[in-house]
Amino acid sequence: MAPVDVTIGRRPDLTGALLGDTDPAAQGGWTDHPPRMGFFTDTSVCIGCKACEVACKEWNAIPEDGLVFTGMSMDNTQGLGADTWRHVAFVEQRKPLAVQDPGVLHEGVDVLALAPQGSGTSPDEAGTTPTTPGDPGDLRWLMASDVCKHCTHAACLDVCPTGSLFRTEFGTVVVQEDICNGCGYCIPACPYGVIDQRKDDGRAWKCTLCYDRLTVGQEPACAKNCPTDSIQFGPLDELRERAGARLASLHDGGVTDARLYGRDPHDGVGGDGAFFLLLDEPEVYGLPPDPVVTTRDLPAMWRRVGAAAATLVGAAVAAFVAGRRI
Amino acid sequence: MGVKTWIEEWPVYRQLTGNDPLGRAAAVKSRRSATLAPRSATADKVVKSICPFCAVGCGQNVFVKDEKVVQVEGDPDSPVSRGRLCPRGSSTLQLVTGSAREYKVRYRRPHGTEWEELDLDTAMDMIADRVVATRREGWQWKSDDARVRRTMGLASLGGATLDNEENYLLKKLFTALGAIQIENQARI
Amino acid sequence: MAECHPVGFQWVMEAKARGATVIHVDPRFTRTSALADLHVPLRAGTDIAFLGGIINYVLANEKDFREYIVAYTNAGTILTDEYRDTEDLDGVFSGLDTEERTYDFHTWQYEGMEVQAASGQRDQEYEDHPGTKKGRASSKSVRQSGRGEAHGSGGAAIAGEPEVDPTLQHPRCVYQVLKRHYARYTPEMVEQICGVPQDTFRQVCELLTDNSGRDRTSAFVYSVGWTQHTVGVQYIRTAAVLQQLLGNIGRPGGGIMALRGHASIQGSTDIPTLFNLLPGYIPMPHAHAHMDLDSFIEGESPRKGYWAEMRAYTVSLLKAWWGPAATPENDFCFDYLPRLTGSHSTYETVMAQLAGNCKGYFVLGENPAVGSANAKMQRMGMANLEWLVVRDFSLIESATWWKDGPEIETGELRTEDIGTEVFFLPAAAHTEKDGSFTNTQRMLQWHHQAVEPAGDARSDLWFAFHLGRRIREKLAGSTDEMDRPLLDLTWDYPTTPLQSHPGDVEPEAEAVLAEINGWDAEGGPLSSYEQLNDDGSTACGCWIYCGVYSDGVNQASRRTPATEQNWVANQWGWAWPANRRVLYNRASADPDGKPWSARKALVWWDEEKALWQGHDIPDFTASKSPHYRPPTDASGAEALAGVDPFVMQADGKSWLFVPAGLTDGPLPTHYEPQESPVPNLLYSQQRNPVRQILSMVHPDDRFQPSGSEPGAEVFPYMMSTYRIAEHHTAGGMSRYQPYLAELAPEMFCEVSPELARERGLEHAGWATIVTARNCIEARVLVTERMTPMTINGRVLHHVGLPYHWGQGGLARGDSANDLAHLSLDPNSHIQEVKVGQCDIRPGRRPRGPARVELVKEYQRRAGITEHTGTEI
Repeated sequence: MAPVDVTIGRRPDLTGALLGDTDPAAQGGWTDHPPRMGFFTDTSVCIGCKACEVACKEWNAIPEDGLVFTGMSMDNTQGLGADTWRHVAFVEQRKPLAVQDPGVLHEGVDVLALAPQGSGTSPDEAGTTPTTPGDPGDLRWLMASDVCKHCTHAACLDVCPTGSLFRTEFGTVVVQEDICNGCGYCIPACPYGVIDQRKDDGRAWKCTLCYDRLTVGQEPACAKNCPTDSIQFGPLDELRERAGARLASLHDGGVTDARLYGRDPHDGVGGDGAFFLLLDEPEVYGLPPDPVVTTRDLPAMWRRVGAAAATLVGAAVAAFVAGRRI
Repeated sequence: MGVKTWIEEWPVYRQLTGNDPLGRAAAVKSRRSATLAPRSATADKVVKSICPFCAVGCGQNVFVKDEKVVQVEGDPDSPVSRGRLCPRGSSTLQLVTGSAREYKVRYRRPHGTEWEELDLDTAMDMIADRVVATRREGWQWKSDDARVRRTMGLASLGGATLDNEENYLLKKLFTALGAIQIENQARI
Repeated sequence: MAECHPVGFQWVMEAKARGATVIHVDPRFTRTSALADLHVPLRAGTDIAFLGGIINYVLANEKDFREYIVAYTNAGTILTDEYRDTEDLDGVFSGLDTEERTYDFHTWQYEGMEVQAASGQRDQEYEDHPGTKKGRASSKSVRQSGRGEAHGSGGAAIAGEPEVDPTLQHPRCVYQVLKRHYARYTPEMVEQICGVPQDTFRQVCELLTDNSGRDRTSAFVYSVGWTQHTVGVQYIRTAAVLQQLLGNIGRPGGGIMALRGHASIQGSTDIPTLFNLLPGYIPMPHAHAHMDLDSFIEGESPRKGYWAEMRAYTVSLLKAWWGPAATPENDFCFDYLPRLTGSHSTYETVMAQLAGNCKGYFVLGENPAVGSANAKMQRMGMANLEWLVVRDFSLIESATWWKDGPEIETGELRTEDIGTEVFFLPAAAHTEKDGSFTNTQRMLQWHHQAVEPAGDARSDLWFAFHLGRRIREKLAGSTDEMDRPLLDLTWDYPTTPLQSHPGDVEPEAEAVLAEINGWDAEGGPLSSYEQLNDDGSTACGCWIYCGVYSDGVNQASRRTPATEQNWVANQWGWAWPANRRVLYNRASADPDGKPWSARKALVWWDEEKALWQGHDIPDFTASKSPHYRPPTDASGAEALAGVDPFVMQADGKSWLFVPAGLTDGPLPTHYEPQESPVPNLLYSQQRNPVRQILSMVHPDDRFQPSGSEPGAEVFPYMMSTYRIAEHHTAGGMSRYQPYLAELAPEMFCEVSPELARERGLEHAGWATIVTARNCIEARVLVTERMTPMTINGRVLHHVGLPYHWGQGGLARGDSANDLAHLSLDPNSHIQEVKVGQCDIRPGRRPRGPARVELVKEYQRRAGITEHTGTEI
């Protein structure tokens, strides 16, 4: 516990915590904190086995999330939610994958007629597993394991009124289940639609990046189990470097569609703690193309109301402490 | 807990006095968060094992706490799997501790419409009696004038999910019984 | 591989990252295809035509690894002039007995040889073998029993020295015979039969041959996609021929890897719970009049190679089982072994159950009510038993069919009418017991007990031990000769008290492992099968596992981390034989003992030390110089020369042409599956003439018309069953677990958009799939991953059917295996579920008796009788 010191001068710059390329753990008051940890999910080697989904559920004892056949390729999980913290998306496309020869031929099939919205067509309106129009001899099957992005500027955390959502010493964003009161403010705040309320207990749940495992130096369950190392865990700096090298080698190998998503510290969320190598536009995987922290305007608001808030909190402390002394 | 400690743990106090004035990180770390202890670290023992699903033979570490299996993970030492597990292997904890496990003998009498309970000892004795009788009933010394010394009355199926030692005892016992219709998944 | 063995697939991905090219040959575009460089969709059931086409390419362009094949294979061996190929006889080999539907393989022999016996089917020739007494049991029954698994540890026996032409020019040498046999497997033919465009096919040929030779090796990986055919063994043989020609056997990065589906399916073949084998691939004896141990060994064992020591292996096994009761005077209790008469495979057993002969049944960790072909017959067979014991984790379909099986719903069975007494015994999990699994790489790995099993759950070791103990107690004092094998059985295993079950004891698994390993006359643990004697002084429960307990140490539990040893990692677990990781690895060096190339070095002859050295343990006599040549009267391992790497083979050579040991031909030949919409374009012989079918004719197992036969059009589509990543085999270990069930919650079928349009199938809706056996329903997944194929000018569609589901568990649905028939591979008795014909129609299947009626209607429309499809 830090010694009592309430001088204003010791306070970090509040703006830094909300915008810009920062060290979020330091901004959160963690001194001597470990390096920021994260995920790099390289979808170019994902085999869609869903080991991550199961490993996550086993470790975190997450409830079963519905027995529904969806018709969305091999995806019956459908998306991230309170009871799904890792989700593997399956995207079937009439597109080539570098020099890969898929061997199929679908002449005379009107893909647009079967799936008018392309891969965004909902299964009940589609005549086939939703796909993308293209050459009848082209086919690629993209798979990608999605997860909470652990944003540098996390709107869920910004709006949480209870302090349940907090920034850990690893720079990750975690819901503290003993604090969450189920107010749900965080749900619409997330620019990725990740965090979600569990129906039976009302609280908000999402990936913790296995906070408990990190505290003893263990890697998150999904990354540990991933058979092909599509999900890589480590210090974010190292992951960013590795991702850059991987991207370059894929580009050299002719996979010109490859791109990084969430790696840029200057994007709308200050970069993601969990970022991705994708082989197509983010929308194709169900990811927002240009996510922006929904609390972008908060700093200005804070400046306006800051003084009043501080006064109120200070009064509360004084009253409470005084009360205890009686 | 002393009053001073109690106050110092209060988030608002920490927010005002620490480096996290916005109450977004260190200041709001909850008691649960502060005392998190992963069950993979607090286990009484870690037992070396092998995945029971397919034949790749991935290494597993089985974590035991208070005589209960609390976690099953890939064994990073394994040259086969390097600590990784597929979705089936990842579900091992649920397989061995989940609600689908049956722990009671069930008995369905001939023409019965429901399961009944039966204690294990009685069940084993009944099964042994049936083996003895059926073996004798189906016994053959000769077939087509050649000595066969066998019973055609009983058969067994299964073994690919079992241990070598189990298959060994089963094959030894069934062969001594004269039973030859012994098969397993290798045939299917 | 990415679907069913994802963790194994990490090595494919690693190879790919290092520049390897990955080719995936499969009718469907799967998760494996998604990561492959080249996906080659081929019509299900045509792999021999495809691989035969590559063989033709290799031979026509002389792309073979000439030095390798001349030195290490039988390429130069000359065949008798009586041999007639399928090219001469329009699709059959010489020796076909059309009445008995078996081959007499005398004409497949080498020139200048004595009568030979084979190992796979060695005992077929028992009647002919010099020194054996003639009996009346027909060799047909022996042939029908099959010995596919006997190849698990080696090849066939031969006697005498064959004539060899090292120039490979003799018209009757194997190389030239091979060339003629595959000459018509041209790219054009491959395109017509398999539906693979010629350009794609040539690309595969070039990629494969460019990546094989001194400096490079290519590997083949297969699963049950190859075994589950009426020509399954020959599928794998075709790959073996190709890999031999390319010099890819016994070398690092080469080989043919079988990816097997259960944790110890390899172990349960090595220590077989299989009808035709004893531990270590010693054949179960067949019934012959007056056969004793000597004549059994004489009939089964070759003179050369390690199988020449079969007497030592057999006597040591008998000593392990019957201990002091086994003496030289009583032939070591050889008479205690029950005798086979023909095939007694699981499918014959079902027929015996339906006939009322087989009355008691143990089902141990298997779910035949879902997982076996024509699963309805499995259920009907169980409904005709007196008693059934099921041991499993959950109440699987094989335990509950009497109350909720599909036949209860159709009215074909009524619960009250079923007389079967059912015992369900909960099984212990691997975490609750000690024991070893043998993985698909022949490696034994020990799993240690973590906790005791709760409630009534017990290990199968406990079950076998206590069942045997109780039976022996009940029969104690019996003077009946039939009870001697039980009463004389060594069954005194040490036990440990179960803490949570006072009074109950668990046998010690490690003591059983010690017996499997074997001991010498003083009771000391053996360290190698070379120590086994044939005089009763050694005991060994499974000779190929001898050494797993050497020095009294459980070698299977060794766990030196991968990072602390070389890439072969032979300090982890223990692989048979003798902890060698790459079989026949002497072939990784040239005839002089030098690695073919530095890049591909594995073992080599160290001239100074006069020893074989290497990264792996040499699969060769360590001190045998490459220049050793055996004296003419040598036998056993000594009879093999220093250039004979295939030490389990009687001639030390790898066989391009198999003169004996296979029931259905010395060379793989393309036949159409049992049910195919296409006529055989290569020969007028449509199907494998000796496929096992006549013993499987039953009203519930009707076959369909094929090719151009009338009625074939009633079942116009091809179907294939398979597994997906989300579930495990027949579902007993996955459909009952919420986390796996939710990933693939319902039975579904995969069809192309073209087929969906043709049949009006609605995406994510329902379809009914019909064969002459049954009809099932499935949710529809319309996907471009299923591609139409143009076969012989006609567009063909496949219906993809994962087979994991049943009526039990959390994830439910009809069982694809209900559609399958029981036409079997004649060597292995494995069913053909990887290819069949069906119809598919929109909507759910009928309920109640109407389901049966729909199948009968299809049978009528197709004109199906009991004879349909059973033609030779």
